[in-house]
Amino acid sequence: MLTDLELQLKSIEYRATILRIIKQARAGHTGGDLSSIDILNVLYNNVMQVSPATFADPNRDRYVQSKGHCVEALYTVLADQGYFPQEELDTLCQYQSHFVGHPTRSVPGIEQNTGALGHGLAVAGGMALAAKLDGRSYRVFTLLGDGELAEGSNWEASLAASHYRLDNLVVIVDRNRLQISGNTETVAPLEPLHEKFAAFGYAVREVDGNDPAALMDIFNRVPFEAGKPNLVLANTVKGKGVSFMENSVKWHHRVPTDEEYATAMRELDEARAKLTAQASEAGQRRYPVHA
Amino acid sequence: MELGRANLEVFADTVLELACADRDVLVVTSDSRGSGKLTGYGETLPDQLVELGIAEQNVIGFSAGLASAGKKVFAASPACFLTARGLEQIKNDVAYSDQPVRIIGISAGVSYGALGATHHSLHDFAVLRAINNLTIIAPADNFETRETIRAIHNTPHPVYVRLGKAPQRHVHGADSSFTIGKAAVIQDGGDLTFIACGETVPVALAAAEQLALEGIDCRVLSMHTIKPLDEEAVLQAARETRAIITVEEHSVFGGLGEACASVLMQGGASLPFKIVGFPDEYMVTGSQKELFNHYGISPDGLAASARQLLAVEAR
Ligand SMILES: Cc1ncc(C[n+]2csc(CCOP(=O)(O)OP(=O)(O)O)c2C)c(N)n1
Ligand SMILES: [Mg+2]
Repeated sequence: MLTDLELQLKSIEYRATILRIIKQARAGHTGGDLSSIDILNVLYNNVMQVSPATFADPNRDRYVQSKGHCVEALYTVLADQGYFPQEELDTLCQYQSHFVGHPTRSVPGIEQNTGALGHGLAVAGGMALAAKLDGRSYRVFTLLGDGELAEGSNWEASLAASHYRLDNLVVIVDRNRLQISGNTETVAPLEPLHEKFAAFGYAVREVDGNDPAALMDIFNRVPFEAGKPNLVLANTVKGKGVSFMENSVKWHHRVPTDEEYATAMRELDEARAKLTAQASEAGQRRYPVHA
Repeated sequence: MELGRANLEVFADTVLELACADRDVLVVTSDSRGSGKLTGYGETLPDQLVELGIAEQNVIGFSAGLASAGKKVFAASPACFLTARGLEQIKNDVAYSDQPVRIIGISAGVSYGALGATHHSLHDFAVLRAINNLTIIAPADNFETRETIRAIHNTPHPVYVRLGKAPQRHVHGADSSFTIGKAAVIQDGGDLTFIACGETVPVALAAAEQLALEGIDCRVLSMHTIKPLDEEAVLQAARETRAIITVEEHSVFGGLGEACASVLMQGGASLPFKIVGFPDEYMVTGSQKELFNHYGISPDGLAASARQLLAVEAR
């Protein structure tokens, strides 16, 4: 279990790794990686019961990344969890690497191949249903983009998740309000989204999806209501953590230039320094050296 | 050698030209206007762009409905999603119902390279060939793309056009002509014929140029229309040259190669023949170019295949 401070520091470290591997691969989905990394961080470090040692255990918790394009975030967290050596991240998208530019089961730690949007929820639903059928207690987490919700398959799967009372299924929507062509509400409007999910039978909770403490709090409450699938509407900022990438549609799959990369790294360093300074100050206040 | 633009850019320009002069022209997209180079189109003609969000089935369904009311619809979305996700809509709402939708599969084949199998369309010829009432076209260069889009502006029946996203070498000269359903002779020759389509045509041409240095005289056909296939051009190649190699950015199953094989066998032809495409295996990771090279869709790879076939023929 990581503390809130440790989670926040991890998120910064993950953001730096994501940008490094995107730059190296000259490809990647920068904005959506940065909006969802805090969610992945909390899930893998503090919530899900799964590790490299237990990945073959039928009782492990499962994660399916429906928004597969944000694979850099997932590979980064899996490397940190020890599923494979960190150095392998540097082969992302390179000739003959098994680190394909979308999640693939040829990479240790990945449950399901994704990349075409609108598939993850049904597959996660099937995994959750299997747990019910077998009397197992594992939970299934799946992460969806908000633009992705235009795929009708999500709503088909939602009907079934509610019908089968899959309260072991946790659907997380990365509500960053952007897709490739612009704001979701001008491209393919979703609102009122909370009400739509509720009408489909979910127990819906909203959370600041870039706040690890708030995410911890929400995930600790699963199942929100017995007999209902869980839906976490995670309000996030696309490009979170790097000022000029935040809320900017062009950063959906832009690769930083050398200069942009340097600036981004500087911002992340500053955020890290600020966080540690605050923490040591708070620590001193709590445990004064001189009484 | 002069490199042109990406075929999908030429599509975007051509459809804008058509739409400016014809208010019934509509482009339908699925959060795909950026990938389709259609951002400019959308800014110029916002009323002639229909955006349906990330919903490829919906794109085909809506397009069929729009077409039924006389709209000249170009439904443009990545080929991998449009022809897999939207397949039943293509089969029933478009082809079977004979609604003249122009289905534009962008960034087709392995254009998306290292993004992996979810983003590759190596199945589209195979599944779409098996559906009645659908013309299938894979233009080679900017010229063929422009001519295709103009030719289908007023089509009364459904058409699928498959476009890549890499800049393409011009394989046609200034005096070329283009007819849907007729193979384009890019280069004539008497020893061996390359029958290629789409972005593999310039690769076959480069192989032919390499073989010419060794005194091997190759014919290169751009078989831009996969269906209906120019059967006579295939049989003529069998009569006039000693071996045939088909080349496609598609699975070796069910595409151009097997279409040609069927024509040859049923036409009584017997000659050394090879289908070059993507084999039935988990594909290695790589860019389009790396994948082409890996699987022998390269000037060297095709030249080696040609030498092999001609050696068989000589025995
Ligand atoms: C079926 C399908 N259609 C289209 C795409 C291409 N695509 C990749 S990401 C993306 C936009 C996704 O937007 P959103 O779901 O909001 O993700 P995020 O903002 O979190 O990156 C699109 C259209 C795809 N991967 N799959
Ligand atoms: Mg989004």
